[in-house]
Amino acid sequence: MVLLQRPHILLLLIDTHQFLQCWIAFGSANEEGQQQEEFSEELLVKPLPDHKLLAHFHFQSSAPPSTSNGCHHHLFPKAISQLVQKFRVKEMELSFTQGRWNYESWGGFDPISSSNAKPPGVELWAVFDVPQHHIDASWKNLTHTLSGLFCASINFLESTATYSTPEWSFPPASGNVRYGTFPCEAVCTENLTPWLRLLPCRDKAGIALLLDRPSLYRGFYHSQRLHLTSTESSSEGIDSGIILEQTLTVVLQPNSERAIEVHASEKHVQPSWSLSSIFGKQVSGRCVLAKSSSVYLLLDWGLVAELKFPNKENGKSAANGLTSENFWSNPSFELSVNPDRIFLEESSSHSKSLSILYMFQVEKYSESEPFDIGLMWKVPVAWLCQQTPLHASRFFMGSGNERGAIAISLKSTQFTEGFMSANSKDGSCELRVDVFQVVPWYVKVYFHSLRVFVDQQPRAVSDFIEKIHVSPSKDKMSPGVMEVVLKLPCRVNTAALTIEFDKGFLRIDEYPPDANQGFDIPSAIISFPNFHASMVFLEDDSLNRSPLLSKFQEKCPVMSYTEVLLVPLTTPDFSMPYNVSTIKCTVFALYFGSLLNVLQRRVAEEERFLKAKAAKKTGRLPLLLSKLSAKLRGRRREPLHSPPSSSSFINSKLVLKVILVAGLAVGWQYFFS
Amino acid sequence: MAETKEKSLSDEKPKPRVRPIVRLGIFLISHSFHVSVVCCTAGVLALFLLPVLAKNTYISENALMPGSASPMLSNQHVSDGNRLVKDLTNPNSKSSETGIESHKIIAQYMLDLGAEVSFHKFHPQMNQFHPLHFFSSPDSGKIQENYSCSSYGINTVGIIRAPHGDGKEAIVLVTPYNALKSGFGEALSLGIAYSVFSLLTQVTWLAKDIIWLVADSQYGEYAAVAAWLREYQTPKFSSLSTPNAEMCPDVNNLFELKGHSISGSKFSNSFRRAGTMASALVLKVRDQNEQFEDTISIYAEASNGQMPNLDLINVVNYLAVHRQGLRVNVEKLWSLLNSSWLKSLGEIFESLAKVAKSLYPKWKFGIPATEYVEGTATLASSLYYQALGVPTGPHGAFRDYQVDAITLEISPKFSLDKVWRNDILLRGGRLIEGVIRSVNNLLEKFHQSFFLYLLTSPSKFVSVGVYMIAFAFLIAPLPMVAASLYVDANSSSNCSKGDSSTPSAITDTDEHSIAIRSWRWLNSAKLVFIVHLWGAIVSLLPYFISQIPDCSPTTSFMIWVLLSILSLLTLNSVLASPLACAKATQEKEWALVKSVTISSVFIGLGLMSVINFATAEIGALLMVPMCLLAQPLKLDVRAGTLRSFCRMICNLVLGHIAFPPAALFLLKGMLDGFGNANVGDFWMWVESLWAWNSATYLFIGMVQLPCWVLCISILFHTC
Repeated sequence: MVLLQRPHILLLLIDTHQFLQCWIAFGSANEEGQQQEEFSEELLVKPLPDHKLLAHFHFQSSAPPSTSNGCHHHLFPKAISQLVQKFRVKEMELSFTQGRWNYESWGGFDPISSSNAKPPGVELWAVFDVPQHHIDASWKNLTHTLSGLFCASINFLESTATYSTPEWSFPPASGNVRYGTFPCEAVCTENLTPWLRLLPCRDKAGIALLLDRPSLYRGFYHSQRLHLTSTESSSEGIDSGIILEQTLTVVLQPNSERAIEVHASEKHVQPSWSLSSIFGKQVSGRCVLAKSSSVYLLLDWGLVAELKFPNKENGKSAANGLTSENFWSNPSFELSVNPDRIFLEESSSHSKSLSILYMFQVEKYSESEPFDIGLMWKVPVAWLCQQTPLHASRFFMGSGNERGAIAISLKSTQFTEGFMSANSKDGSCELRVDVFQVVPWYVKVYFHSLRVFVDQQPRAVSDFIEKIHVSPSKDKMSPGVMEVVLKLPCRVNTAALTIEFDKGFLRIDEYPPDANQGFDIPSAIISFPNFHASMVFLEDDSLNRSPLLSKFQEKCPVMSYTEVLLVPLTTPDFSMPYNVSTIKCTVFALYFGSLLNVLQRRVAEEERFLKAKAAKKTGRLPLLLSKLSAKLRGRRREPLHSPPSSSSFINSKLVLKVILVAGLAVGWQYFFS
Repeated sequence: MAETKEKSLSDEKPKPRVRPIVRLGIFLISHSFHVSVVCCTAGVLALFLLPVLAKNTYISENALMPGSASPMLSNQHVSDGNRLVKDLTNPNSKSSETGIESHKIIAQYMLDLGAEVSFHKFHPQMNQFHPLHFFSSPDSGKIQENYSCSSYGINTVGIIRAPHGDGKEAIVLVTPYNALKSGFGEALSLGIAYSVFSLLTQVTWLAKDIIWLVADSQYGEYAAVAAWLREYQTPKFSSLSTPNAEMCPDVNNLFELKGHSISGSKFSNSFRRAGTMASALVLKVRDQNEQFEDTISIYAEASNGQMPNLDLINVVNYLAVHRQGLRVNVEKLWSLLNSSWLKSLGEIFESLAKVAKSLYPKWKFGIPATEYVEGTATLASSLYYQALGVPTGPHGAFRDYQVDAITLEISPKFSLDKVWRNDILLRGGRLIEGVIRSVNNLLEKFHQSFFLYLLTSPSKFVSVGVYMIAFAFLIAPLPMVAASLYVDANSSSNCSKGDSSTPSAITDTDEHSIAIRSWRWLNSAKLVFIVHLWGAIVSLLPYFISQIPDCSPTTSFMIWVLLSILSLLTLNSVLASPLACAKATQEKEWALVKSVTISSVFIGLGLMSVINFATAEIGALLMVPMCLLAQPLKLDVRAGTLRSFCRMICNLVLGHIAFPPAALFLLKGMLDGFGNANVGDFWMWVESLWAWNSATYLFIGMVQLPCWVLCISILFHTC
């Protein structure tokens, strides 16, 4: 009885506990009015050095850790909350990307690029809050759910050969991470629509109104990202508060039509733009469900340094006094709308200059008076974005279908040199570089062949590699994973890692439909844990609410992705199965034919038959045949002259007749056609 | 009658029944003479029929869709290209001695388009004979220690990144350019490439990156492209040479460009890469003008007779003919065009086809005689260049890395008119644009169409299934003749023995003598082996001879010949003298030697046909008749009949022709007249063969030369 009772008691306890929690949460929500579900929409626009424009949409919805409404939500997408509850997802990031982030001209050292520059295709990682042995099952279910949710082939990440378990090099370091990429996924509007459906106003109102599909997909880079964190990870998983962060980063070319016409002399003038000219649409007021709705214009510190604001010295005071017109009536550019606020970067690790952020409140605008900012450049400016400490590129070496090598080359971008020396402690300056590389199983990497070249000199691996973790691939089971921590001297110019591999063979049914294209090797992740990209802006209390700016303040390590590689494998002739079956059938036919022949043959019977035939008077045709067979036997019948002489006579006559008839026919045909 | 039949049947009865296939084999072997005559004639005839059997090319890969989009290259781009041509031909730009100015101009133009630009310095690598490096994949090359600052070339490389692409694949456009003494043609080719390049920076349909390589051709076009490819595919991370190169003043001068440019991040002095190369186009404009119309020549042969996918040629041909109205050419043997015998052969085929067509209207295989002659001339050059195994242009370097590439050479109808120049820029540019667009459409790499084919005109080809027939006919008699000779030699000696000895004596010595006789061929095999060994030694000798400094081709050749003869004599004396001992024992020895020779030739030709079909085909044309006809001259003289006399004449002629230097001499004579042929030519030719790692060299050294020696030894056999 006692044993039976115990679960009841436990259940009761849990129930009351839950109830209490709910009650408390409900009460607190009622009391403060703060813990409501929230949604905010923001857009950040940033001119890029190569005449392009970065637009970064940031939508954030959060559900408080309460179940006051059971499993219903006001604003928060139900699909996501169900997903979080069901698979106990602690943190997850899904990105769809088309095009490549140009680290050299668009920078890699700011919060936008280090968290929004993603590899082409689909990238998914998730941290689960379930026991170790359930993680894989959860991951599989999650991939299928997401695949259905976003109309994408994320479900291919289900198989163990496609995803990996990073041990420590991947930023959210913990044992429960699963990471998978699918580089050949084509990203298009069918993936964007379900993503927009998660927003409370969809793209019918607010900033999302700008998301005009043709202009978005005409861009040079397009990455839609979905990042969710469940803040409270209770063991029940029901009560967790969820923050869903949806970002869309696009790089666009403002009025590209004009760019064709301008000549070399004018080419250095940055193109002027306005939101309506880029997106073809205007914002007619905010999404009414959004708590905050604002548009930012970010001028990079590199650009600010070039612009030479007239009163740079008292910049801080200007930022406080919003009325100061110095910042938008600059001799070099002109803003079409006066900003509501101006923020200056608080402190930067680079002392040269400070970034400026203009803020525009969308609330003020309405259908009759739509919001549209424009930027007119008056003088040519050129600047450079801050790059990652080392520029990473990856390529294949070797040729042929047999073997090759993967090389990751790191090149110092002189840009951050001063910065690095500032970071050095007590003379021994070291630059830590984490490399995370996943290799599919059919590229059989020999980890012992890892070589390190620093400044064009071959060096011992142990000199520079501080830590290495390798999990070799298993055929058709799991990919090979390599995690390396490199410690390079700060003054390094170039460094390279090479690793050799053999190309494996696939079975014929394992090839994808377009096998002759080659196979993708997902991007390697190069991260610099010593460097953090963050932007802290001078703020008052109200600013605390802006999720985008608070996101900028977070210290995230600088990260960059390398190129996706295409490895051509040997492909069989896919008509081969057909040929094989044809040959097989022929062989079988021959075999069984001769077998039957042997089984059927009765030697004595045959001889009797031959004798009987010889006794009969032989006809002309059989005679001819026998002569031919005699010929084939090597003229063994040559001495028998008398009968063949007559038969040959008959034969030649016959042949003559045939030839005559044929000749006549030919002649007839020739003359009368 | 019946009685005789029965008798014959009863005669046959004790013998075991022979299977039909074996019977057929025995029949063929016993009639090997007729079979070989029929087969050889059929083989030669089939070869001459190939132009008739050629099929029209078709675009096999649907994704290519050539010409389905209207060309976007406008006059704006053409005028851009014209601007570059003017700047390059401007005498001011040529003031610098190293031609760095023009590289700077090109780089600046590329930068203005927003492309990523880098310079690639390279030191020209002399091709050297590596005896064991045949067929091996291209290595990263030795670092040469002794180079000076003056001897380096600069490739200018511009890369456009596809805006939507994932950067996995790239298309390469190569324009060879010699900054020191560039003709107008080279500048024009740069102009065409630039106009296409400037278009491609603006288009949105690009899925693959575009690499424009301006190859510095002052050390040869091939060397520059090969050096760039080597750096692209197998870079050396540890290089001791680069610090030295940086010290050269000109190089530093070159990189000052960085300072001038405003968008500095686009320029870098490090090597830049894009993804896997999907295909490559080499564009050239010939200075020498064409009289009638603008033509474009396609060169496709890479090393060892490898060809790019036929689809690439098809696309170029289709776009050039049907869209741009250019005449497309492939290389022809011009001397064959005027030969009257070929014309009459063509006429015969034509009239035969006419008759056939009148008999049955669906038999439409005939082609006009003129077309036949042209087809044969093209086919002959196609065979010749494939057999040579030396690439016909810089595209050959790409093939070593399994990249499909062709060279397009535009020869414009020349006039100094500006309108004309714009026209050629527009049409050439649109052609290149169309080809790039088609390749860009490709999702997979080229794999649909043929890799093994011979061209008989730009729009006609003979696939491997058809041209193998001629070769198969040629080599089919070899095993039969070998077998029949073997059987003959055995049986004849058997007979002679049988005659000499009494029947009773046979019975006890029979087993023993049969055992000895059946192993007698080993003697001849030893001889053949020795000669082949000698062939291997002879083909290694040039490596040592080339080490001798200051040697003229003629003397090198003489040394080679002397050493070869010497080595043959020593080998012969060291490893016994099989000829002499054979003579003592058997008079039919030569038949066995011939049999083994023929088998070895069969094996050699069979192997070669897999490696380089064209070499095997030409080799078979020379060697098969020689091997089949070879018979000791003494026997023919003794016989004294007309037939043996003819055979003797044939043997003597073939014995001269099949000697490799003689064959080359004849070929050269036929192509450019006998006047300027000299002994050193062969050495130069051989040098070029081994420099290009051509398998033809191995074939000549290890199959043809030994075969020739063996045949000669049979001819002068004293029996």
